[in-house]
Amino acid sequence: MGKTKKIPKLIGTSVPRVDLQEKATGEAIFTDDIQFGNKLLYARIKRSPHPHALIKSIDTSQAENYPGVKAVVTGADFAGRIGLYLKDRHIFARDRVRYVGEPVAGVAAVSEDVAERALDLIQVEYERLPAVFLPQDAIKPDAPLIHPDLGEYEVVNFIYPKPGTNISNHFKIRKGEPENSWQNCAAIVENEYYIPHIQHVPLETHVAVAKVDLSGKITLWTSSQSPFAQRDLIAKTWGMSPSDIRVISPFVGGGFGCKAGVTMEALPIVIAMKVKGHPVKLRLTREEEFYTNFVRQALLIRLKIGCDAEGNILAMENTMYWDGGASTEYGVNIARAGGYSCTGPYDIPNVKADSYCVYTNNTIGGPYRGFGMSELHTGIEQCIDELADKIQIDKVAFRKRNVVEAGDILATGMVMHPNGIKTCIDKVAGAIEWGKSSQSSDPHKKRGKGIAVMWKAPAMPPNAGSSATLKFNSDGTVFLSVGGQEIGQGSFTVAAQMAAAALGVPVEWVRISRPLDTNYSSYEWQTVASRITWTMGNAILAAAKDARDQIFKIVAEAWSENPDDLELENGVVTSKFSSRKISLKDFVITGIPKGNDQGWIGGPIIGRGKFMPTYVTGLDKETGQGKRAVVHFTTGAQGFIVEIDTQTGKLEIIKAVSAFDVGKAINPDLVKTQIEGGMMQGISSALFEQLVFKEGVLQNPSFVDYRIATTVDTPNQMECYFVEVPQDDGPYGARGVGEHPMVPTIAAIGNAIYDAVGIRLHGPPFTSEKIYFAIKERGQTGS
Amino acid sequence: MKMHTINININGHKESLEVSSNLTLLHMIREELALTGTKNGCEAGECGACTVMVNDEPVNSCMVLAIECDGADILTIEGLTASGELNKLQKSFMKLNAIQCGFCTPGMLLSAYALLQRNPNPTESEIKEALVGNLCRCTGYERIIQAVQDAVSE
Repeated sequence: MGKTKKIPKLIGTSVPRVDLQEKATGEAIFTDDIQFGNKLLYARIKRSPHPHALIKSIDTSQAENYPGVKAVVTGADFAGRIGLYLKDRHIFARDRVRYVGEPVAGVAAVSEDVAERALDLIQVEYERLPAVFLPQDAIKPDAPLIHPDLGEYEVVNFIYPKPGTNISNHFKIRKGEPENSWQNCAAIVENEYYIPHIQHVPLETHVAVAKVDLSGKITLWTSSQSPFAQRDLIAKTWGMSPSDIRVISPFVGGGFGCKAGVTMEALPIVIAMKVKGHPVKLRLTREEEFYTNFVRQALLIRLKIGCDAEGNILAMENTMYWDGGASTEYGVNIARAGGYSCTGPYDIPNVKADSYCVYTNNTIGGPYRGFGMSELHTGIEQCIDELADKIQIDKVAFRKRNVVEAGDILATGMVMHPNGIKTCIDKVAGAIEWGKSSQSSDPHKKRGKGIAVMWKAPAMPPNAGSSATLKFNSDGTVFLSVGGQEIGQGSFTVAAQMAAAALGVPVEWVRISRPLDTNYSSYEWQTVASRITWTMGNAILAAAKDARDQIFKIVAEAWSENPDDLELENGVVTSKFSSRKISLKDFVITGIPKGNDQGWIGGPIIGRGKFMPTYVTGLDKETGQGKRAVVHFTTGAQGFIVEIDTQTGKLEIIKAVSAFDVGKAINPDLVKTQIEGGMMQGISSALFEQLVFKEGVLQNPSFVDYRIATTVDTPNQMECYFVEVPQDDGPYGARGVGEHPMVPTIAAIGNAIYDAVGIRLHGPPFTSEKIYFAIKERGQTGS
Repeated sequence: MKMHTINININGHKESLEVSSNLTLLHMIREELALTGTKNGCEAGECGACTVMVNDEPVNSCMVLAIECDGADILTIEGLTASGELNKLQKSFMKLNAIQCGFCTPGMLLSAYALLQRNPNPTESEIKEALVGNLCRCTGYERIIQAVQDAVSE
């Protein structure tokens, strides 16, 4: 735990990223860049064209005989189920398909072209079944049942499926007496919001290369946020020892959640089992990336919030229907996170929340930067604006009156820790000159300002662990072995920085052992949940302490001094007692000779450290109450000034401001780059992005039809602030902020649109077209 | 598939290659020449990750056939450091942390390089216009635009 007396100077310094030069020169190796030689085979996947159907027969004989084809597999080749929290998914469909794009058969061949042609020779006979595409329809008693065997699936003990229905998790909060509180409210707002599916859009699509040797051991090279979780899930699925599976993961070309858990990586493994000794590569095309892997699940959220005449929020009812898609193996925990975070960062005494994860015949919903929080806050923070208007209190004042403070009892019963959310609100409000009107010189253009706040906790199993190892070299430099992945966020840089600071060596002396390799890297659960700086950081600090203890013991023995009198700074051990000095390079491998040639003290030093939160408790199944639901929350706020052309509906962002309480910014510039990039991803999701499904078939699987933000969409002005109220369980007080910058964005922009032109669009994307027609409907066209 | 012999000058080196009619420039660069700095992001000319220069023009190499490049001068990201020195754009991208996951970076740098070749002193909107076809999901573009401006001012 990060209870250090003083914070070293290196912490809070914007040291350069450790991966800059190789990424700037094209030298950086990503999975698709690894050279495998002539033995490499290429896999392609035959996919379901139907959203819901029984597989009557599959004939692969023609494909098997096609020249150049080395293996054809189907669901008949492997019966097991896979899944992170709920094992509900076959790797290749067996008796039925549940979404368009579900893998039905796989081919390995000498080239992608040959594999692709062989797919056309596979004959699959289907019997179509009724399908369901909206969670509110799928929960109806007469809805087609998508997983009739739900009751038999293996599930973790904090997820509650309802067999015989399409509900794979129902998380409840029952706190206080909301039903008796409405009569005491002076204002109540009730609203429904729909947040559609979107895609992560990493620039590097998923790619995995699997090799199975004759003894059955598996090696997997993959673009992964989670080499260890993948190894362990694959081991469990196949009933193997994790020691017989090796996952190697070089640089990752963007993750945003979609490269966590196991998704398409299991496909080439099944195929490789039929062509032992051959590495088998599967790389998703951009089109496949859009709809055959994880997407961000859609949410239908119904909210009722009430406050008294002074503006104190008294009660909330929050019902969430998450469109989990055809498999909810990961999505069930998003519903849980939505449930325990259901109030947003507000102190509300009476709460009733029901968060349902619902199977539909849409593509699979999975973790996406924010893990449900962007969707949840899109509803809450627009509702809060409406409530403040209704009770006629300034929206900033209303928020400051109600946000969580240290000591508040949260919806789960957990006690809130110190946080800087009010300072974040002040920073944002100040930067957009809240309360002061902003005018365009063009009479057809209307300006508006909007604010939204947020919170988010790392969502993970209660005991997700981390470890770190420090191995010295003879010149005093050190290899730091971690399992937290570099997915662009700068984790390797921050890891090196924390190790150097905690050890007392220059940052240039610390090298990250990479690529991540489960045979050699130190264990880490997953690089998700904005948890790495925090949890891996704690493990690194522990490893550094372990190494220092060994170093001081050796030197103290050699000098016949007390270890407590020794200091290590800049790679040199100094005694406060005798002022003697010795450089690390003089002993970390070779040890220190005893006097008079009487032998040696010490030997190669290896520091080892671990961290696992031991204090997260379970929550009651019926009430969601427990002592500590999560490790902690990161809070923050965003503010926008937008300008809308009332003649076209076109929205321009004049200014975008973020403020987050990061506890301690280990590397301030890297924090800023996370906030800038996350806010832009949030802007993109607010203005442009939606996966358009028609009967389960994605209509826009390309960058032409699914537009993401480009250079021309950047705000005219962007400001980022961070607040530093230390986190008691964070390294040097740090908490995560990787996901948070896109959490409040949709709501803040929605609130700014309302302020500008008086229209409330209940779901993103806020396209020019939607804004234009909404303005027209209100009869407010500027002409 | 019919094979063709083509001669190219890539990053200052002359190469003679046997290529099939349907081989794209992207696959020729990545697979035949193992120059893996050029990235495959969509193979549909929509993301810009595979941008290279052909005869001093930036192109999406996934949209060009290798056989169209017979006799062409080709510059890839590896060519920017052919002299052993980092290009000023690379230095500016590094200085401003305009790189996160790094997958779009080679294409982004080539598009920026092409811009500065034809317009050594671009305005901010000219920079945005020149890079509009290069998608980046990590940085939010702000640092990238600043980095090009920084390289211009060097």
